[in-house]
Amino acid sequence: MQNDLIIAGFGGQGVLLIGKMLAYAGMADGKEVSWLPSYGPEMRGGTCNCTVVIADRPVGSPVVERPRVAMVMNLPSLEKYEGMVKPGGLLLVNTSLISRDVQRSDLRVVKVPANEIANRLGNPRAANMVALGAYLGATRAVSLAAVEGLVRETFAGKAKVIDSNLAALQEGYALGEREAADGKAVSQEVGA
Amino acid sequence: MAKKLMKGCEAIGEAAIKAGCKLFFGYPITPQNEIPEYMAHRLPQVGGTFVQAESEVAASNMIYGAAGSGERVFTSSSSPGISLMQEGISYIAGSELPVVIVNIMRAGPGLGGILPSQSDYFQATKGGGHGDYRLLVLAPWSVQEAADLMQDAFDLADYYRNPVMVLGDGLIGQMMEPVEFKAERTPCKPLPPKAWVATGCSGDRPTNIINSLFLDPEVLERHNQKLKAKYDLMVRDEVRCASYGTDRPYEVLVVAYGTVARVCSTALDDLREDGVGAALFRPITLFPFPYAELRAAAENARAVLVVELSTGQMIEDVRLALEGSRPIHFLGRQGGMLISPEAVSERVSAISAGLPEEVRHG
Amino acid sequence: MAETVVFARPQALAPVPTHYCPGCTHGVIHRLVAEVVDELGLAHRTVGIAPVGCSVLAYNYFSTDFQEAAHGRAPAVATGVKRARPDLIVFAYQGDGDLASIGMAEIVHCANRGEKITVVFVNNAIYGMTGGQMAPTTLPGQVTTTCPLGRDVSQVGYPIRVAELLATLRTPAFVARAAVHTPLHAVTAKEMLRRAFRYQAEGTCFSLVEVLSTCPTNWGMPPVEATEWVEKNMVPYYPLGVFKTPDGLDRAPRPAPATEG
Repeated sequence: MQNDLIIAGFGGQGVLLIGKMLAYAGMADGKEVSWLPSYGPEMRGGTCNCTVVIADRPVGSPVVERPRVAMVMNLPSLEKYEGMVKPGGLLLVNTSLISRDVQRSDLRVVKVPANEIANRLGNPRAANMVALGAYLGATRAVSLAAVEGLVRETFAGKAKVIDSNLAALQEGYALGEREAADGKAVSQEVGA
Repeated sequence: MAKKLMKGCEAIGEAAIKAGCKLFFGYPITPQNEIPEYMAHRLPQVGGTFVQAESEVAASNMIYGAAGSGERVFTSSSSPGISLMQEGISYIAGSELPVVIVNIMRAGPGLGGILPSQSDYFQATKGGGHGDYRLLVLAPWSVQEAADLMQDAFDLADYYRNPVMVLGDGLIGQMMEPVEFKAERTPCKPLPPKAWVATGCSGDRPTNIINSLFLDPEVLERHNQKLKAKYDLMVRDEVRCASYGTDRPYEVLVVAYGTVARVCSTALDDLREDGVGAALFRPITLFPFPYAELRAAAENARAVLVVELSTGQMIEDVRLALEGSRPIHFLGRQGGMLISPEAVSERVSAISAGLPEEVRHG
Repeated sequence: MAETVVFARPQALAPVPTHYCPGCTHGVIHRLVAEVVDELGLAHRTVGIAPVGCSVLAYNYFSTDFQEAAHGRAPAVATGVKRARPDLIVFAYQGDGDLASIGMAEIVHCANRGEKITVVFVNNAIYGMTGGQMAPTTLPGQVTTTCPLGRDVSQVGYPIRVAELLATLRTPAFVARAAVHTPLHAVTAKEMLRRAFRYQAEGTCFSLVEVLSTCPTNWGMPPVEATEWVEKNMVPYYPLGVFKTPDGLDRAPRPAPATEG
């Protein structure tokens, strides 16, 4: 059993951080993990992405060309990764920054207004946590508790930041769970 | 010790410290800056010294100097920087000094790019600098293996009094994976006392001179032959390789090293599900190259596929190993482009279905 | 009604956006170089030499011919071009890691041979492209990724004052230091660049203008603060002005006259 995903967005949206948190949480859950960031001339101010693999046995390729899941935090990332996700895979879309619809009909789509939810919770920087929560809710790739523990560790000493990030994570989780259970998230299976 | 999630570059740095290395000399270059940065932060904590050299030429001569005093020392760089270090490396090999050099390869030639590549295989295994010498070259395929090989590299360097290179690519340097360092580690070679160090002589022994100059041709020839005998010992005793999926019947044998072998292993899993029999052979030491082991593994296959992030460098050693006994196919990407498991599966399937061997020149 | 153009892109500057970070002054310095090349009418016979560092892509930003050099070797490459074609105007554009660290030998010998080239030396006290490591020009106490506790001068020495160092050479040259963190400073910087290129065009001497620059990204501060940082921290250590002119006079200190016992 292998979970792999690509998380992509603008630099500064915290996509590398939530990827690392997933890898840490997977490791804490006793899974094999790898985390691979994009690096290159685009590292400053441009788009960035990371690939996370969480598996029951040693991770083969850390490079994933056809991910089972893509989490896209901005429009350029949707343009780039929509076509790459495996048929029947999952696409998490940050609808706060992406207004266009997903064109493929063979994917499960979870729409997450990540920035709106984060703003409402009073921490605009926690949009990444909303998206991470939604991914966990939709896939249960790692346990919510493990990630919550990491949030407390990452922001240790900043009680307010911890609270708002936890709230973002939990709200995202509930949304992901709901959308995944809901028929609309599971559109059409492969070859249907 | 508990597992820790680490970047390859950081794991390499920490492994050096665990191996008792207290000295680092290097110069910034992407994609390995996390190694000097890690050492700059970490070495002072363990009483060590970090120096940012003014150039890679200087760094390679700083490690030459430090090694001559018998201390464990290493440097790291990436392809263009490693080219600049060839002066020091040649002198270090000629003077028989133990150092560890890490090359996190990027694409070339010239300034090239900063993305992953395996295009320094020739440089690492066939010389690099001038003169008749060899590096012992280790190629890890995971962050854990990078940490393990890095520690072994210091033992091997000390044992053979020879430079050892850990050859990775940008992927190994940048990716994070769980790493575990053993609390108690036994050196992989016996470590004789370093009686040859130039650290001051009080008259109780002849002076020690660290040197690679031998103006008398007979003396230099003897020196060359002594070095050669050492490389022969490496060939006899230090070959390391691994295989994957060779316990079941296979038609195609894939040969790859480093992170590319990881990609291939995923492809093999996919192929297995589709009923195509293929296995992976992975050299871990690139010098000494596992010629005999590869030949034995290829005997069970109909054809061999070499996969590299270059236009074909290791393939020359594969040819030497197989001596024309099997058709050899090649799949490569260059410039920092990566090879996907899908691309490997596709090629293996085609070979399995009877794709003829491509005639390659050079 | 006739329109008067009061501001336009210099012809020697390519009509493309650069990759430089917000608040970086490489763009200003590129523009000043391009304006000078235009105003002196040299663009058609100018060849630039690009370094390794943030300005590695300078060849994309000027509309003159260019050669890319290995790290630190721009003055050597420039020497080759100029000796092969003395009629060309050759300028090397180099950062502080490129020129003052790995390329120190090349710049000293290029200046000492009196190569009739122009070097634009951009000093921002840090390695930018590789992510903020210590440079030979990093100020005492300044924090970088390879001196995480601040530059310790007892271990790595003091920042190198390149203009002053090159001014000690006996060979005639024009060596100056300027800054671009305010419009007024930029005007002076342009004047010095103009003198530098004119000396080359007249075949007079080697010329180098050191320009103090900003790196908000790796200094970790907003652009406005970065310009203030130049004024407050860099200018006091790196004084602005002309350090050497090609008058052929030897200003080496004379031995003190022997005092009668």
